[in-house]
Amino acid sequence: MQQTRLGSLDNYRKGNIEIIKGQASHYVMSNVFDVASQSAPYEKVVVGKNLKYVIETLRAEGVSAWFTASHDEFVVALDGEIDVHFIKPSDGALVSADIEGSVKLEGEPSGQKMGFVRLRRGHQALLPAGAAYRFEARKTGVLLVQTIAGAESVEKWADICIQ
Amino acid sequence: MDQAIFLQSVVATDPDASTGYRTFKLGEFEFSRDAYFVTVKWPAEGQTRSHQMHADDFLRAMMRDVAWGFFYGWVNFDEVIGTRNHYGKVDMYAGAYNASFREAGVDYTQQFETPIIMATFKAILKDWVNEGFDPFAAPEETGSAFGAKHGDNIAAIDRTRIATKRMPGLEGDSPLRDDFPVNRQFADVSQDEPEIHAEPEFEGQLHAFSLFKYLSRSDVTWNPSVTSVCKQSLFCPTTEEFVLPVFHGNDRVEWFLQLSDQIIWDVADKDTGEPRARITMNAGDIAAMPADIRHKGYSQKRSMLLVWENATPDLPRRYESGELPPYPVAF
Repeated sequence: MQQTRLGSLDNYRKGNIEIIKGQASHYVMSNVFDVASQSAPYEKVVVGKNLKYVIETLRAEGVSAWFTASHDEFVVALDGEIDVHFIKPSDGALVSADIEGSVKLEGEPSGQKMGFVRLRRGHQALLPAGAAYRFEARKTGVLLVQTIAGAESVEKWADICIQ
Repeated sequence: MDQAIFLQSVVATDPDASTGYRTFKLGEFEFSRDAYFVTVKWPAEGQTRSHQMHADDFLRAMMRDVAWGFFYGWVNFDEVIGTRNHYGKVDMYAGAYNASFREAGVDYTQQFETPIIMATFKAILKDWVNEGFDPFAAPEETGSAFGAKHGDNIAAIDRTRIATKRMPGLEGDSPLRDDFPVNRQFADVSQDEPEIHAEPEFEGQLHAFSLFKYLSRSDVTWNPSVTSVCKQSLFCPTTEEFVLPVFHGNDRVEWFLQLSDQIIWDVADKDTGEPRARITMNAGDIAAMPADIRHKGYSQKRSMLLVWENATPDLPRRYESGELPPYPVAF
């Protein structure tokens, strides 16, 4: 059997585009491990964009700020070991329903601790609408976040994409 | 109309005395098969035109079209025949997206109510898929599609895309695949689960699962299933081996994120089939498939691919009218 090849921060191999007609930039192609290797911890770098919807890549290293969103978000760990801690806010919604995307909170919100999930490579967690969450990397890694473009989203396509 | 009436709309001959297969009519199209080939006929310029495909290729393509509910946009069975989804109605075409056929005026398109064409396609699969052949499986995993009619494989052709409301494993949502065996080519994929440490009051409110374990147990290839729903943003991962049985033409932008191994994509013009690019994607690579292309993938080892779709209504019209550019990002 051939070995299943999974990428990591320390071991990834970028693909390529052979253009026959058009431009390589049309395919907006990057590599999430390459992006994370050049990112600040928990910088929410957009690697996929479909109108308002985005996929963000985060370098998970140390402890993140607290975030929340008015809608469900999802996280997939592609490398490392990362805990996601959750708080149920005690003072009602932390963000209004018309604000989309991840919202960074100032400090730890007041509320009940809901617990945490521990993610390793290939694990996916729900970041439920209205809950506050933060990441704590036990081992530096890479996260994908499925969300909507928001104030914390960073777009730097020319720096990350094949051209 | 109920399902029984749609089934009554299927037009088929009696089984052929020699091969055992029925011949089907769908509007002006005729579909027949023999031991090795499927033949499709249609009218053009006062003549009957015809096109042949290997029976296994045809059945793999038609299986995806049925399982995907005609999917987003165009499902080209090959360079000549295919379907276009209008979401409620479906075009069946021959040569309509082939520059040479169009130029010669020998292309043909006919539109059908979705339940009518679906009933016909399902009837074709039911009759033409023999015992031992699974059109969803990789070639190494299944028997032959060829020969005279022998038995059937109803269980194999009744599988569809898994619909998920929020995330698999949540109460009332789609199931996990813990009862499925690990695929032979993912025997080295870790089966460990995330740890969930919920405070007593929040038991059942935190949710996580192993996406890689879930994918390693997929029993089909090239059949995306939804695993997370963020409003109209759908993560639709799938496992791929051998060749995507269709050339999928986009009516919107979709994205691919290669989760493991490698897929090579041939990209061509959506309308003419003229080649545009060849993209090699390794684990961690992410790329857009623009709204004006068709694509076909090659995966020499079973791999995990995250297909990302935007299900926002009315996108096909907005792209087709030029309101939205075919490329998702300008930089």
